Amino acid sequence: MGDTGSVPRLGLEGVTKRFGDGVAVADVSLALAAGEFFCLLGPSGCGKSTLLRLIAGFETPSTGLIRVDGLDLAGLPPHRRPVNMMFQSYALFPHKTVAGNIAYGLDGLSRTDRSARVKTLLARVRLENFEDRRIETLSGGQRQRVALARALAREPGVLLLDEPLGALDRGLREETQGELRALQRRLGTTFVMVTHDPGEAMALADRIGVMDRGRLVQVGDAATLYERPATRFVAGLLGDVNLIPGRITGRDGEWIVVETGFGPLRASASESAPGEGEAATLALRPERIGMDASEGPAGTITEVTYLGVRVRSQVRMNDGTLLRVSTPAASHAFGLQARDLHGPGDTIRLDLAPEACRILPP
Amino acid sequence: MIRPARLLALVPALWLGAFVLLPGLIILKISLSSAATAQPPYLPVLDWSAGLEGWSSFLEALDFTNFETLLSDTLYRDAALSSLALAGLATLILALIGTPIAHAMARAPERAQPLLVALVIVPFWTSFLIRIYAWIAILKPEGLLSGALLRLGLVDRPLEVLGTQGAILIGLTYAYLPFMVLPLYAVMARLDPHLREAAADLGASPARVFWSVTLPLARLGLMAGALLCFVPMVGEFIIPDLLGGSDTLMLGRVLWSEFFSNRDWPLASAVAILMLALLVVPMVLLRDSGARPGEAGR
Repeated sequence: MGDTGSVPRLGLEGVTKRFGDGVAVADVSLALAAGEFFCLLGPSGCGKSTLLRLIAGFETPSTGLIRVDGLDLAGLPPHRRPVNMMFQSYALFPHKTVAGNIAYGLDGLSRTDRSARVKTLLARVRLENFEDRRIETLSGGQRQRVALARALAREPGVLLLDEPLGALDRGLREETQGELRALQRRLGTTFVMVTHDPGEAMALADRIGVMDRGRLVQVGDAATLYERPATRFVAGLLGDVNLIPGRITGRDGEWIVVETGFGPLRASASESAPGEGEAATLALRPERIGMDASEGPAGTITEVTYLGVRVRSQVRMNDGTLLRVSTPAASHAFGLQARDLHGPGDTIRLDLAPEACRILPP
Repeated sequence: MIRPARLLALVPALWLGAFVLLPGLIILKISLSSAATAQPPYLPVLDWSAGLEGWSSFLEALDFTNFETLLSDTLYRDAALSSLALAGLATLILALIGTPIAHAMARAPERAQPLLVALVIVPFWTSFLIRIYAWIAILKPEGLLSGALLRLGLVDRPLEVLGTQGAILIGLTYAYLPFMVLPLYAVMARLDPHLREAAADLGASPARVFWSVTLPLARLGLMAGALLCFVPMVGEFIIPDLLGGSDTLMLGRVLWSEFFSNRDWPLASAVAILMLALLVVPMVLLRDSGARPGEAGR
């Protein structure tokens, strides 16, 4: 990562895939280092699965290059590519045993090497002694592990995972996330995982690539995407955010001043921020807004919801704009009388720190 | 009081009893009788008025003479073996032709598939008899095939295909192809395409994907197709009668001539029972293998 001198493990250059009139993947460029855990994040239909299928060779790019360790994959059929894929449905062969599935890609090895390798792989996914089990007798979680072991059997340079945890229920998914992460660290294989779950992407990935309507709109680690989103789409995808329309009016030291419906706000710019005089959007996370400020824009609380860890309030600003504010719940509960708590109807001032306000394209 | 749902379940049982089991028993009885110049042309006939006496004389008159004839006379043995051989060979050819057709249909674009299925079914809109008659025009020495090959210079004298076992094989293959293709296609079209992709992803060439994934998973379709073709082909009468020579020995023809030419109903019935016994074997084999789907290999 950031190792610009060496050849990337996986390199995409201007990859585009058109289906008829539609564009599924639009001009995606990307370089992944060896050992990186990369997540493609986006809603269904954003092109992330198509991008995975392009890398695996099940689809052919309309334009663009895909390389693994510098080797151009164009024209290579799936069975000749140095990548393997774990399918969302797992695609386990129902007519083969667990061992038969895992050994399918190991036909180059001798019989004894093959069974030793199957044993190692099964141990790796904690399914010792499952060799002779039939697929239909396995639980969902066990099938997921067999699919992972099978995809890892050929020791691919790049492992593609299409929603690998999507079919698991929630408790199992969180447990499996940790295991997947640990396994990837231990093997040092480059993982490219497709998911629509931002929490999962943030928990697992070294870097996340957010896709929106075929385009890769932003690439970065979880903190970067959360704190410094490039577009309204990215800001909204990673968590709750207040999006306030406004117009850029000037500068105030290092800050940019944006005129909003409830007064001017100072904010930090993003690379994609519009220029002076133009319309812009302010992105403001609810938990970065302070209540009970001595100065700042005033508003009226319209709604308070107690959520245990946090309390979510809705504040109506003087121009009618509704802002969501999220504060720790502890200050509400401990040692405070009910009259100290804010309730609907109270008028307060909000602390909108310039560090917390980010300017995005409208 | 029997509930209507139970009554409904009884309908197929009654149907099978009235139209399969009962005729079967009647044929079995006739096969144990002996031919006679009478109306009906066999003996004994149960005399209901004689009571118990009638029953015992009736049962005493039944014997296995006809089956002994079937076993001792090489004609019937040869006819049975030749029927099984021709039907078996035709089934093999059908599997070899039908599998790639079904595979290609299942992999065709989804919008094209209903049309392809319709094309397989279209021949049924013409009478079976007429379609087989048409093959006479194709296969006869002065027919279309022979003429075309002569004009192309591939043969130097008219083909002698009509009236041979080759002609029967061609006819069987032609007539039964849809029965092989349709069940195979039905199974192959339902296969998860991701399974083929997963196999390819794990390094399998297209040929290996077919042999190790597609074909094993389509096994039940192949066996259903084989059974649908093999069973009626063993008893086939029209194709050997029209396309085969006068010396063609197939059970269907032997049965027909015993029944209509020789008017030996008991012997014809015995042939029918023999055929039934021969066909039960592959059916049982299929049922046993069908009970354990996908057991084959790793």
